[in-house]
Amino acid sequence: MATKTIEQVESHFEMFQILNENGEVVNKDAMPDLSDEQLQEIMHRMVYTRIWDQRAISLNRQGRLGFYAPVAGQEASMIGSHYALEKEDWILPGYRDVPQVVWHGLPLYQAFLYSRGHFHGGQIPEGVNILPPQIIIGAQIVQAAGVALGLKRRHKDNVAITYTGDGGASQGDFYEGMNFAGAYEAPAIFVVQNNQFAISVPVEEQSAAKTIAQKAVAAGIHGVQVDGMDILAMYSVTETARKNALNGEPTLIESVCYRYGPHTMAGDDPTRYRTEELDNEWEKKDPLIRFRKFLEDKDLWNEEKENEVVDQAKADIKEAIKQADDTPKQKASDLIEIMYEKLPQNLQEQLEEYREKESK
Amino acid sequence: MAQMTMIQAITDAMRTELKNDENVLVYGEDVGQNGGVFRATEGLQDEFGEERVFDTPLAESGIGGLTLGLAVTGFRPVMEIQFFGFVFETMDEVVGQIARLRYRTGGKYGAPVTIRTPYGGGVKTPELHADSLEGIIAQSPGISVVIPSTPYDAKGLLISAIRSNDPVFYLEHMKLYRSFREEVPEEEYTVEIGKADVKREGKDVTLIAYGAMVHTCLKAADQLAEEGYEAEVIDLRTVSPIDMDTIVESVKKTNRAVMVQEAQRQAGVGSNVMADLNERAILHLEAPVLRVAAPDTVFPFAAAEDVWLPNENDVIEKAKAVLNF
Repeated sequence: MATKTIEQVESHFEMFQILNENGEVVNKDAMPDLSDEQLQEIMHRMVYTRIWDQRAISLNRQGRLGFYAPVAGQEASMIGSHYALEKEDWILPGYRDVPQVVWHGLPLYQAFLYSRGHFHGGQIPEGVNILPPQIIIGAQIVQAAGVALGLKRRHKDNVAITYTGDGGASQGDFYEGMNFAGAYEAPAIFVVQNNQFAISVPVEEQSAAKTIAQKAVAAGIHGVQVDGMDILAMYSVTETARKNALNGEPTLIESVCYRYGPHTMAGDDPTRYRTEELDNEWEKKDPLIRFRKFLEDKDLWNEEKENEVVDQAKADIKEAIKQADDTPKQKASDLIEIMYEKLPQNLQEQLEEYREKESK
Repeated sequence: MAQMTMIQAITDAMRTELKNDENVLVYGEDVGQNGGVFRATEGLQDEFGEERVFDTPLAESGIGGLTLGLAVTGFRPVMEIQFFGFVFETMDEVVGQIARLRYRTGGKYGAPVTIRTPYGGGVKTPELHADSLEGIIAQSPGISVVIPSTPYDAKGLLISAIRSNDPVFYLEHMKLYRSFREEVPEEEYTVEIGKADVKREGKDVTLIAYGAMVHTCLKAADQLAEEGYEAEVIDLRTVSPIDMDTIVESVKKTNRAVMVQEAQRQAGVGSNVMADLNERAILHLEAPVLRVAAPDTVFPFAAAEDVWLPNENDVIEKAKAVLNF
């Protein structure tokens, strides 16, 4: 009896798709209302992000970037969901979700400084509604419920969106965040980018639940599973989730996707837990290939356009790295000074001690 | 002026700040209509409405996350953890997130957050309701830890905590909630965070304490006085950061000190005070600084509290040991 109940829930979570692997529209009724320019802009962002990811990996290997979690394979998931947001919406990212916060307004050089562990990377410019990437898996999910309640109390027509991975969906905070947002009818969107592996642990080992999307049921919020390699599907479900959120109905979006690279650049070796066959299978579903095909069929994209983006991305990255290099090095006294608005007795003494050391 | 218990003073402080600043929100488990399990928020929901004083689902990490989110959207949250022992459920949000927010945003976002929670032994609670866990929070950079011992300080410190643009962990000793009344001004006033208070002046030995142990020390000082010793009693009031200036000034006068805490020897804040005295005042000391603390066991089950908690006889014994060193 119990099993049957679970099956009844699971049968409601079929994967939503608009563009198939060949770039063909398989769900015409669901096509989002996007202009040709918007479709091109989305492609622009995906290509740009792919180039930036490749550069970031190589800069990390050269020792010119620090902590970095590769994003290739997840561009549709990240950029599609972000493109459905408004400027004043809030983003609470996980550590891999740097593209969303950069497209939301964090200057690229600051993203690089964040990667290097320079505090200026976290000094978010005025009017950019993001928090720095979260390291603790799930902490941002409960915070998103708080930001969403804050937006609601301020009568803003804005939402809070937060991102985690398939492993994040096993955390208690994942449930608590969804449950709080549901209970307060707060405008929140919870995105789980199910990229199949939490570092090395496959998603099948995370839970007996057949989908992550169905976990929304327990919290009484909307849940949807979407092809995370399909940018139109990602955009469409997020757009709907945003409308629902503003009506006090949060949504859990499970984006089924894949990361081509390692978990982070700090020594992870995916060959220890993934097969080449699996990598190849997912690469056939690549978000850029299928969307490029879709746009080329509509005469909205060509090699020339693609090359323009590649060149622009490379130039921007070069400039951003230079700007990061030119940022003054941080001193221990700088870090003491940003601890509190008014320094307490102990830190005031330590500040003087470090300033003295630094003056020598 | 009105005669108030500590809990009345706490309620009064929240009422004052709810009136003063529309960004102040008060919430937690049972905080709304029920007024909190100790009635600290009694009547506040009726007075300020459900949007400002409200219940939360029963999940402490969720409450902590809610707080950080409300803080970055411009609110001034006053969250309650129903009992201090439940802080483990939300340690990440409190010390991993809220306390680090200003630092990790390079100073961009402060967290004007007050976290209130009852703690302290002597009231025969179930497990994990009474533990003195202040040392765990006190060793976390980015958050102050405040512990009032009187109704007057309770109101003034809580108003300071709510007005602070950095997070303050505000601990309420359960045994002191209704143990005595004192004159508390009805108007608003603040007591500075980070400042200790000399509760009793004396020239022979300094007793340093916080929370309920302040009253234990005052009783001990009365008895010591009968035997001809004048003890000075310092109430830390803020256990992080510690007001070493006041302590050192006292020790320069008395040349002897005993650190008194309800927490276990290995816990609490006594070790910090003693280490700092070593660095700052050793040449003024005529005897080693001794301490009164609970043994390094788990906080006891209710029936064993009386034999476990430090009492005035323990304080007198240690005071005499340093006096006669």
